[in-house]
Amino acid sequence: MIEVNSLSKRYGDKLAVDSLTFTVRPGVVTGFLGPNGAGKSTTMRMIMGLDRPTSGSVTVNGRPHAQHVAPLHEIGALLEAKSIHPGRSAYHHLRALAASNGIGAERVLEVIDLVGLSEVARKRAGAFSLGMGQRLGIATALLGDPKVVILDEPVNGLDPEGVLWIRNLLKGLAAQGRTVLVSSHLMSEMAVTAEDLIVIGRGRLLSAGRIGEFIARSSSRRVRVRSPQVARLRELLLADGATVSGIEPDVIDVEGLDAPKIGERAADAGVVLHELVPEEASLEEAFMRITKDSVEYHGGSGASFAAKGGVRR
Amino acid sequence: MSTATLTQMSGSRVTLPRVMHMEWIKFWSLRSTIYTLAVALLVTVGIGTLSTALVDFKANGPAANDPTWDSLYGITIAALATAVLGVLMTTSEYGTGTIRATLAAVPARLPVLWAKVAVFAAGSFIFTFAAGLAAFLAGQAILSARDLDSATLFDPGAFRAVVGAAVYLTGAGLIGVAIGSLLRHTAGAITAVIGALFLAPSLLPLLPGSIRDTVNPYMPLNAAQAFITVNGPGGGDLSPWAGLAVYAGYLVVLVVWAAVMLKRRDA
Repeated sequence: MIEVNSLSKRYGDKLAVDSLTFTVRPGVVTGFLGPNGAGKSTTMRMIMGLDRPTSGSVTVNGRPHAQHVAPLHEIGALLEAKSIHPGRSAYHHLRALAASNGIGAERVLEVIDLVGLSEVARKRAGAFSLGMGQRLGIATALLGDPKVVILDEPVNGLDPEGVLWIRNLLKGLAAQGRTVLVSSHLMSEMAVTAEDLIVIGRGRLLSAGRIGEFIARSSSRRVRVRSPQVARLRELLLADGATVSGIEPDVIDVEGLDAPKIGERAADAGVVLHELVPEEASLEEAFMRITKDSVEYHGGSGASFAAKGGVRR
Repeated sequence: MSTATLTQMSGSRVTLPRVMHMEWIKFWSLRSTIYTLAVALLVTVGIGTLSTALVDFKANGPAANDPTWDSLYGITIAALATAVLGVLMTTSEYGTGTIRATLAAVPARLPVLWAKVAVFAAGSFIFTFAAGLAAFLAGQAILSARDLDSATLFDPGAFRAVVGAAVYLTGAGLIGVAIGSLLRHTAGAITAVIGALFLAPSLLPLLPGSIRDTVNPYMPLNAAQAFITVNGPGGGDLSPWAGLAVYAGYLVVLVVWAAVMLKRRDA
């Protein structure tokens, strides 16, 4: 369990994290989303006690991290890939960290095996790829068999097989009753991994709760309709107060009426329909919509187009 | 692979000896540690033999004769190696990001600094004491072969001087550990340590004579050298134990400063 309470962090005159309050519960994977610069990494560093909050507090399993007698058993973190001296082997890196908490060499070999680094564990880590660095970071996070695991962008640099592996690992950890907080910018990955979602933008909390509710709440219900009599249909639906936008000569998107209503209207008027498709917004669309005002670094036209929620399929 | 292999653990908690164990593993698991200590050893012995082979007591006058110091003279150069090794022990953690993993494991933070100091002191002392002893024995053998004044370990002050050589070298490294922890950047910290230990004394001649003579014995490595001197030139130099106290004073101040900043700053 992670409890974040009115947490703020100021760097100079920039408020990186602004009165964040949320709880990460055990037993599920919680996704931590936000545009670049939203304050995700800063928040995670404060959870780990690496950065001191300007105000507010964080507790891990009921206490600030620094007050735990067996810190690695309470929380394990991957905050940056390749956080290892290039001249040291993965084995010695993990062995040293384990020693500080009285964890034996047996456990070190176990986590090395778990992340699939057995073959290279004795080699100097300087030659590690980004993916191997991520695996080592995950091994570090799991070293103390922690009740809480937090991972910052764990799938960065992993191949598809590695991404799948992380997904199953995270779900497995949550299923064992652990608290799992994972940040990522890969929405599709979050959509299939996380059950809960915390979304922040410009350091502020935008949404916290179930992922399904998040999508439902932040998406507009849109129905795509294809009909040879699209002009007639448009008039009917506009008269019912719906918003209609033309997509192709015979295709319209309808907002404000659900699919059964549209079908019934069409049947009453004898309008032929070729398609009637309710569009569920994706997590990505929901995310774009909710964060559009809090994107820190706008790109060129492509990015601002996306940030306006203009993504269509 | 599944997570089913995760085992339940109990009794794991952080203690200072365990944090020292961590730092011990980190220290010796880098090849650069062995290389740097080997360089310190070779320089100490090499320059010691060279200086005892070339020294000309008659030119210096009998008052300046200190065969012990002549054989240990190499430490003035070898201190560069131990100082850099000390700097790297702390700055490399920041440079590579290892510090975040370290402090996540030991969030109380201060034990990490105490452990680094203890592990560096122990590891460096073993090597540098061996280096000083070897340089002393080789140097005295050369001096006696040249029919010049030579010392034995049982002469008054000789053994203190050999231990002092290790203190001198290890202390320079510990100053590096503390300054590295304060500055966090390798290049900056090495520059600062070299400036403070090796370059500052050579700027003293710019000062007016009276101030220069007052300050000079208190420069860190001059104070440490006072602890090694058996037959010193006298004058303004500190006594051996006063020299040791001054050198230790620098160390304590820097380590305490580093501790305060480690506790206070974001990692």
